[in-house]
Parts: sequence; C-alpha cells; structure tokens
Amino acid sequence: MATREIISTGNELSAIAAVDAGCEFFGGYPLTPSSEVMHVISDLLPAQGGASIQMEDEIAGICCVIGASMTGVRALTATSGPGVSLKAENLGLAQMAEVPLVLVNVMRGGPSTGLPTRVSQGDVLQAKNPSHGDYKSITLCAGNLAECYTEVVRAFNLADRFMQPVIVLTDETLGHMHGKAMLPTLEEVKAGIVLRKQFDGPAEEYFPYECGPTEPAVLNKMFEGYRYHFTGLHHDKNGFPTEEINTCRKLIQRLEDKVEMHRDELELNEEFMCDDLEENDVLIIAYGSVSLAAKEAIKDLRKEGIKAGLFRPITLWPSPAERIKYFTDKIKNVICVELNIAQYTAEVERVSGRIGSIEGLYKVNGRAISPHEIVEKVKEVF
Amino acid sequence: MAFNYDKYLRLEKMPTLWCWGCGDGVILKATIRAIEKMGWSQDNVCVISGIGCSGRFSSYVDFNTIHTTHGRTVAYATGVKLANPDKHVICVAGDGDALAIGGNHTIHACRRNIDINFIMINNFIYGLTNSQTSPTTPQGMWTVSQKAGNIDPTFDACKLAIAAGASFVGRETMLDPKKLERLLVKGFEHRGFAFFDIMSNCHINLGRKNKMVSAMDNLNWIDSITTSKSKYDKLTPEEQLNMFPTGVLKQDTKVREYCDMYEDIKAVHQGKRAKITQDDFEKKI
Repeated sequence: MATREIISTGNELSAIAAVDAGCEFFGGYPLTPSSEVMHVISDLLPAQGGASIQMEDEIAGICCVIGASMTGVRALTATSGPGVSLKAENLGLAQMAEVPLVLVNVMRGGPSTGLPTRVSQGDVLQAKNPSHGDYKSITLCAGNLAECYTEVVRAFNLADRFMQPVIVLTDETLGHMHGKAMLPTLEEVKAGIVLRKQFDGPAEEYFPYECGPTEPAVLNKMFEGYRYHFTGLHHDKNGFPTEEINTCRKLIQRLEDKVEMHRDELELNEEFMCDDLEENDVLIIAYGSVSLAAKEAIKDLRKEGIKAGLFRPITLWPSPAERIKYFTDKIKNVICVELNIAQYTAEVERVSGRIGSIEGLYKVNGRAISPHEIVEKVKEVF
Repeated sequence: MAFNYDKYLRLEKMPTLWCWGCGDGVILKATIRAIEKMGWSQDNVCVISGIGCSGRFSSYVDFNTIHTTHGRTVAYATGVKLANPDKHVICVAGDGDALAIGGNHTIHACRRNIDINFIMINNFIYGLTNSQTSPTTPQGMWTVSQKAGNIDPTFDACKLAIAAGASFVGRETMLDPKKLERLLVKGFEHRGFAFFDIMSNCHINLGRKNKMVSAMDNLNWIDSITTSKSKYDKLTPEEQLNMFPTGVLKQDTKVREYCDMYEDIKAVHQGKRAKITQDDFEKKI
C-alpha cells in the first residue's frame, strides 16, 4: 500500500481528510480546541469550489451543514463537547430524516465550559446519544495523528452508506499534536469513496424512505426533479408526516436495525501485542490518544516480565461487543484506561457480563495519562 | 380564468391541518402565485419551514421541501443556498420561529444579506400549542402563559430586519392577497435577503380570549393596526405608536449579496484576484 508522509497537526489532518474525501461544505462556529479544523478548511474548500461558513452559533453551524447535505453534497462540521451539546437537537433531525454528515468532536474537559484547552474523553457517552429519542449512533475514535485523517475519510463513506451523522472523536492532545503521519495516497482515498445511493427511475416511482427493514433511506440530490419532503416528524415512505402506528414503529426500528444489522461493516479495532496473551496476563482496553500511552506502558510492562496487550476499539459505537467478550472471557486481568470516569468501562462490563470485575484507571483533571501511571496501576491491581 | 393551484400543491395532503378561516392558506396561495409569476421551475425551488402552524406550509407545496427544527429555518436555508447559489430558497417561519427561538439566526441572515426569501407569518401568538405568548403578542392581551395579561413588549420584526441589514424588508397582511402577491414578487425579484412580515389571523387561539371571536373580528383588528407606508409616514409619532406600516419598507440594491461575495473568496483562493480589503466595500465600518 502506497503511503504519503505529512507533517501536520490532528486538526489540520481532519480538515485535509474531509476535502480529500470529497467534502464540499463546512459550517461551524469557533470552539477550542477544534477551531483549527475550521481555520484550515475555510482556505481549502473555496480553492476547490466548495464553501465554508462561520455561522452565528453552534446550532446554526450544524443546521447549515444538514441543509447543504440535504441537497446532496458531502458536509462537515467540527466542534468540541459544548458545541455538541448545542447541536444535539439537530443531530436528532439528521438521524430522523437520514441526512449524512460528519461531525468531528475534538474533546476537551467538561462538563459545561470545563477545561477548554485541555484533553478529555468525557464525550464518549454523549456521542452515543447526543439527542433525545431512539436511533443508533456511529462514532469513530482516532487514536493517533494518521487516524485524524483516515477516520474522517471513513466517516464520510459510512455517513453516505448508512445515511446518518457520523461522529469522529479526537481530542485536544491529538488535535494539537504536531508530527509525522503516514497517510494513504490521495488516489487511494478517492478510489475508496462510496457516495450515497441514488434512485434513477421515474420520479413517480421514487419513494425515498421506502427501503428494506435494515437499509437506509435513498435520498436523491435536490434540484434534480425528484421532489420530496424532509421532516423531523415521524414520516411515511414519501417523507411526509404521519402518525400511522405501524409506519411509526417500523421507521424507528429501521433506524436501529440499519446499523445493528450491519455491525460488520462498521467494526474496526486494533489489537496490539494481544496474540500471546493468556488467562493470567493483562489486557488493557483504551482508545483515542490514551492508547499511545498504553502502548508505551505495555512495552515497559513486558520488559519487567508482565505480559500485557492493548485492545483498542476504533469504532466506539456500536461497540465491538463480540471481540470484547472474546478477550474478557479469555483474560482475567482486564483494565480500562480512560480520560473520563468509566464511560466505556460500563460498556465493556455490559458486553462482557463481568460487572464489577473490570479494573479502571481514570483521569479527569485535563492532563494526559502517562505510560508510567498505567504501569503503576497495573502492578497495583493485578 | 381562475388561477389553477393544483400544479403546485400536494393535493393528497389536502385539506390542510389549518383551522377554518386561518390566514395561512391565503399566504400559501399568494406565495404560489408569486412563484408562478417569477417563472421558477418547481425543481429549482426549495421551501423550508420551521415548527408551528406555519411549519406545515412546506409539506403542502410541491417543491423540494424541508421541515426543520423550531427556529432554525434560515440556518438550514443558508446551507442550501450557499451550496446551491443558483437555486431559489424560500423560508416560511412563524413569529415564534423567527423572533424568539430563532431570533439570532434571523438577525445574522439579515446581516449577511444572503439571497433567501424569508416569509414570517405573524399571527401574534403561539397558535399550534394553544395560545402562549409570542414576541409579537401585543402587551395587555391574554395568553395562556400570561393569563393576567401579557407584559412583554411587542416586537416590530421589520425594524429588527432593517437594523440587522436585510436589503429588502416588506410588510403586508393576508387581508389583501393581491397586494401581498405583489410584495412577494418584488422581494423574490430582489437579489439579497428579503424579509416579509406577513400578518395573519388566529381567531382560535388569539382571538377567542381577546374579544376577536370570529376570523372577521381578528382581521378587522389587523386592518385597524396597519396602514400603507405613505400614510404611516404622515402620522404623528403618537399615532404611529399603535400602527404598523405596510408595503416595501426598505430596498437597497447596492449592498452585495452573500453568495456573490463568496465567489470573491473562491477567486482569492484560486489565485484569480487579490485578497479582499476594505477598499472593496463602500461602508468601511
């Protein structure tokens, strides 16, 4: 696989990735530590004929992105936790009306204004259910600089495949990290683009929301003769509001099942030094920038004779339930390391059935977790 | 020959959910006639509505239509328009949509002067949800959330739009559909943000508790608080206090439209022109 080397920051790489993936529209609002995504893409998009706009607030930022995407263009917004809180209602509309978009959340300390310039992974559960109601989120989590690029590219393709918002979680550490990233070539990225499905039959036979029980809507580009209706209300096959009991039930079940029944297309994990792990060894579960420290810790632990490995989900939601269960069934000593208080640990406990027997190392003061801290914690608890 | 609306209506959605005697239908028909006058193809028009009685507008008309969240119509519309500058975008919002929950978006869409036609259906009340106070509810009227009488000052939406920088601002009522249609055409023809304050009745949820039990009573009240701009300008300040001027209240054809200006941004980044400076604008501060 050909690669190219770029020296950059995580935020800049996320912006470049969007443009390389065919994004033509950005809407957003300044929010530390994500603002550099807007700074970079506001230059890149107009150069390619696209458009980037700084809106009056976070809500407008996502609304204009949804509006642009409804017309058929790939669209991005970037923000941090407080911005996601404000965008939540309209993320719900995009789930309901099945409008694809990519939201990059460069996580900072919360709740509320929190620690604006410092790292956190406190938005993991928010990403699962940012808005009210039932739907199934797709959330990817970059664990290094290169993934600030590759996961944004993957997010655009998944958004069009599943016709819904896809959230990419990065964090302040990755967003502002400056270093070398080995990226796929532009040709490879372009070759991998899978755009949303389009109906090409006669307009009278087009029903955007009439699809299989586990498939997403087929939303044609606007202004091309297929006139239909978008709404956040429960809707029928044409997109028009309805309260018909079976239509409502099937719609919400389909929003769940279109993701649930295709988990294999979504799952992506890294298993680092896991091959030789046995029952009494140590499994670290970590994601995002924390995994960088976890890998260093594993090397140090192994030097001291403690066999440890890392399981890193890259697709956080839906969670890789079967793979987590495989490891947690096999290995006794499991520890989750997170920059929050057990947000993903709860999911690991749920899918493994090991309630109360998963150890944790959690940090919520805006500082990164060091490899040394992980080594010490592992020695302490196992 | 009578105008045939069928081509522009989603007939299977008729009858509308609007109450008998509601003015929203008059505004819908005037909008359709204005679009026909403009000669716009239905495929090239996007109609975007918010939440409330006016929110249902978009589902009744056969264009590309979007029913958004409460107050966000023009934020959605900004994305639609900026990504498709050659298409025609019409927002339909209520007074709560445009001035309360979405007030910030209204201000900034006016300020950007993006070529969106923003029809605010102003019925002075939250009608759909049973009579809560709206930003345009007159002081002293009864609302279900202020049963002792509304103390919140009444919003003049056109003054807001003018101050915020909309390049076309007009007001009409649904009492004279022909005049309304002419105003809409003037605004649709205008390149820039066109703001319309269109007064309508809600005799059900405003009128019944405020001594305007029938649609006609409500309409007579609207008639009594409006007068043409030329007549309004001749009134004393005391008389103006309780009147709203109608007609075109502002039209500035010199100020540039946002998508047009964005083409300059593209040209800068594509090396086709020098960077934009203050010299590009007549107004420097």
